[in-house]
Amino acid sequence: MVALSTHPLASGTRLIGDKLANMAWGLLFLLALVAGFGFLMLYSAAGGDWRPWALPQIMRFGAGVLLFLAIAVINIRHVHRWAYVIYAGALALLVAMEIPGVSGVGVQRWIQVTLGGMKFQFQPSELMKFAVVLALARYYHSLALNVARRWTSLPVPLFLILLPSVLVVRQPDLGTGLLMVAGGIALMFLAGVRKRWFIAGFSAVVGMAPVVWYALLPYQRERVLTFLNPNLDPLGAGYHIQQSKIALGSGAVWGKGLFNGTQSQLNFLPEKHTDFIFTMLAEELGLIGALGLILLYCFIVLYGVGVASRASSQFGRLLALGIVSTFFLYVFSNIAMVTGLIPVVGLPLPLVSFGGTAMVTLMMAFGLLASVHVHRDTEVPRHTTGRTFGA
Amino acid sequence: MREDFEQRTLVNRRSFVLFGLKGLLVAAVAGRLYEFQVVDAARYQRLSNDNRISIRLLPPRRGLIVDRFGKGLAVNRPTYQLIMTPEQTGDVETTLERIAALIDLDDGTVAKVLRKIGVQEGFIPVTVRQNLSWQEVARVEVNLPVLPGIVIETVPHRHYPFAGLVAHVSGYVGEVSQAELEGDKVLRFPGFRTGKTGIEKVYEQQLRGTPGTRQVEVNAVGRVIREIDRREDDPGSDIRLTIDMALQEFAVRRMENQTGSVVVLDALNGDVLTLASVPSFDPNVFNFGLTGDAWQALLNDPRSPLLNKPVAGQYPPASTFKMMVALAALEAGAVTPATTVHCPGSFTLGDRTFRCWRRWGHGEVNLIDALRESCDVYFYQVAHLIGVDRIAAMARRFGLGETTGIELTGERAGLVPSADWKRAVYGEPWYGGDTINVGIGQGDVLTTPLQLALMAARIANGRFRVTPRLVRHSTGAEVPEFAALDVDSEHLRVVRQGMGEVVNNADGGTAYKARIQDEGMEMAGKTGTSQVRRLRKEEREGRLSQEDVPWAERDHGLFVGYAPLDEPRYVGAAIVDHGGSGSGSAAPVVRDVLREAQRRQSIRWNTGDEPSDQAGGTA
Repeated sequence: MVALSTHPLASGTRLIGDKLANMAWGLLFLLALVAGFGFLMLYSAAGGDWRPWALPQIMRFGAGVLLFLAIAVINIRHVHRWAYVIYAGALALLVAMEIPGVSGVGVQRWIQVTLGGMKFQFQPSELMKFAVVLALARYYHSLALNVARRWTSLPVPLFLILLPSVLVVRQPDLGTGLLMVAGGIALMFLAGVRKRWFIAGFSAVVGMAPVVWYALLPYQRERVLTFLNPNLDPLGAGYHIQQSKIALGSGAVWGKGLFNGTQSQLNFLPEKHTDFIFTMLAEELGLIGALGLILLYCFIVLYGVGVASRASSQFGRLLALGIVSTFFLYVFSNIAMVTGLIPVVGLPLPLVSFGGTAMVTLMMAFGLLASVHVHRDTEVPRHTTGRTFGA
Repeated sequence: MREDFEQRTLVNRRSFVLFGLKGLLVAAVAGRLYEFQVVDAARYQRLSNDNRISIRLLPPRRGLIVDRFGKGLAVNRPTYQLIMTPEQTGDVETTLERIAALIDLDDGTVAKVLRKIGVQEGFIPVTVRQNLSWQEVARVEVNLPVLPGIVIETVPHRHYPFAGLVAHVSGYVGEVSQAELEGDKVLRFPGFRTGKTGIEKVYEQQLRGTPGTRQVEVNAVGRVIREIDRREDDPGSDIRLTIDMALQEFAVRRMENQTGSVVVLDALNGDVLTLASVPSFDPNVFNFGLTGDAWQALLNDPRSPLLNKPVAGQYPPASTFKMMVALAALEAGAVTPATTVHCPGSFTLGDRTFRCWRRWGHGEVNLIDALRESCDVYFYQVAHLIGVDRIAAMARRFGLGETTGIELTGERAGLVPSADWKRAVYGEPWYGGDTINVGIGQGDVLTTPLQLALMAARIANGRFRVTPRLVRHSTGAEVPEFAALDVDSEHLRVVRQGMGEVVNNADGGTAYKARIQDEGMEMAGKTGTSQVRRLRKEEREGRLSQEDVPWAERDHGLFVGYAPLDEPRYVGAAIVDHGGSGSGSAAPVVRDVLREAQRRQSIRWNTGDEPSDQAGGTA
């Protein structure tokens, strides 16, 4: 049963200064490096101008760093206690998007928030993808391993994953919805769900493919078809991919140099400051720059794996792995998309693409990862019905 | 803590598997990059160097505006314009100098072009000049080798074959203004036009269509080598109006040298067959931008050619308002058709005297007599009896005092005064004398010519609150669903009889001279003469005729009517601004227009098709 040590480290109640000394500074450094790549590319995308993209992005990153530090010092036990509440809150925001008038007409991904006279647009789905990780980590934390492996423990996590995913796909944002499912499934795998269920699930998905096809919106179907045969739509998505490939390839090993990416600078490349920013980077900084960035991303992921392996609680382990796993999925999906490995699904490149909500929520998520690091020796009670003090 | 240990090892094992798989994904991406950037790099570099595959917008063909028989009122005609792509030109100033030597290009235009180039990105083409003549096109074409980045493009331009004849209805197009630039990409296309007034503006979205795209290969200086792919534009929808262009033209010509409005409505379905505003302007001129002087001249013209008088001109309805007073009085039970009033030539209320237009009076008159001879005293007395609010309520049922909702911009609502209105606007109570003036359609009453036509249409229709429509939708032939008029049919019959006698009774009918003499085409109607200012003493005493006062101070002549008498179909209203009496100026216009409308209809019925003079392309 639950045995809590009275050692100050175990309860996690330490001084702020102590926590900062133990902060995951290495992680923050890696994040800053990657974001720095982004600033440079946004600066170049604007033709050597801090406006309109680089400067706001830098300010958002600054705000992100503050949030990162603020969240990192929060006791992991509190994070655990509030996990379901955060999940419910994010879900409520997603549901609010369904109410007419809350979001704009058409694609309903944004909520307008007015704070201190300034207008912010906010994408609840960005928040949701990490809220799912939180909820699942908490769920599996409460289960003993042999219980987690029973089939009776499947419905709750599946429900936690699918409910928000369906809402996100309906927005319609197929890419984010699919990644939410993939991230959740990965966490279930880590938590110890039997392999046979994954095999069964995979078979079911393949069998369900035709049904899903009919549920897709015309433009989503078009994207899948275009992916399978880019010649179908040489002017639309196929054109984007074609131009993206030319940009990538012509960058060669050393790149054309900043501001010299003809494809990007002459606007052959669409969405160069958002979804296709990796292409622009590869064009201007070459294979070296592209691999450099990928390597940095890998370091961040490995950092997370390292944090997980040292965490003393199942909650901390799963949270850390869930966050970097989701993060990785986004990075991979975006790069695979612009290199034509998967269909164009409209996903940004984390930390690099221009975009406020993604940057801020990602920094908050990494704040959680840092919290796991800082509180690696803190034990988290299995059951939170009433507080348990001491042994 | 055995279980903890088990859990930890399982998670570690599984994360090893999971992140191992992810390592494979990274390897796949890296391999892909290697393939592009190392293996095929040379090929892609070549493609990038002559990546001249660019996407060009094909502006959509603007929908036509046609009359009810398909005759083109606003069509598209090819014109030539000179386009410069600054990025390809390089030395913009020198090239502009060379062009100026070849074609007419003033300094103002050059400055405008340079300013535009300053703010736009270099690859966006700029229109240097529009509407080049064929000679100018030839001169430029010959010199193209020394004019880098210059192309002559054929652009369909909006053309209005009837020039000023329907300008206020069709409206006109002009260059896209800064305020409109948000949104649709096609708006940034050089030379693109959007509707500024009239149907062109109201139906802008339908007329515009959606642009097509063209994937072209261009060489190093940007010349198109070949077209790779093309997706045609989706042309804008044509708008078919209810206007009968031949009748419209007839009406405008009939008003030649005069100022004013003519409206012809179909009393059954509200079709606007004619909506003429005279004088007019040539909408073609607006297409290429108007010179400041020409614009000022249009603005300062005392006959206001830019104003769409039928919907935006507001006039006191004068005696044409008497039908409203009569119907209100009948409904209130204040009079019956047999009730008579003695007209001694004036009516006195307190210390004020209100005169009848006939100084020596009409003697004993009943309602029909009063309408026929337009006796003012009868209506003074009746109005005084029933009060302004009953009159106002009746007038509103006939569409006065509110916009008709016609598909045009700038429509005015007119004004039907009431006690509440006066208190709200002037903070004064309503006086009895105010009602007396309203009784003959003066005082504060204001109507547009279209409203007067609509009022007559509802009288002629008798059952429904017909509303006007300018656009024939796919269900054009049917009669739309109108609200019930809700006025006693017997009362309407009496008023219609009075209107019939106005025109057809030789004994005192004010518009007898303007009757239609063709059998079966006879019309009914009501004259009106509205004062522009207070009468002078000499005029009241008949010592000063209208010809002796300045044009701008003469009375407006009004007439509303319908034909044929028995089964009314066509409704006409005319206001001749400062034209003197309604019987002398407006009534003959309505007579000729309603006669023409019926003549054209009978030709259609006899031939089973539109009249032969309708034949003609829509271009």
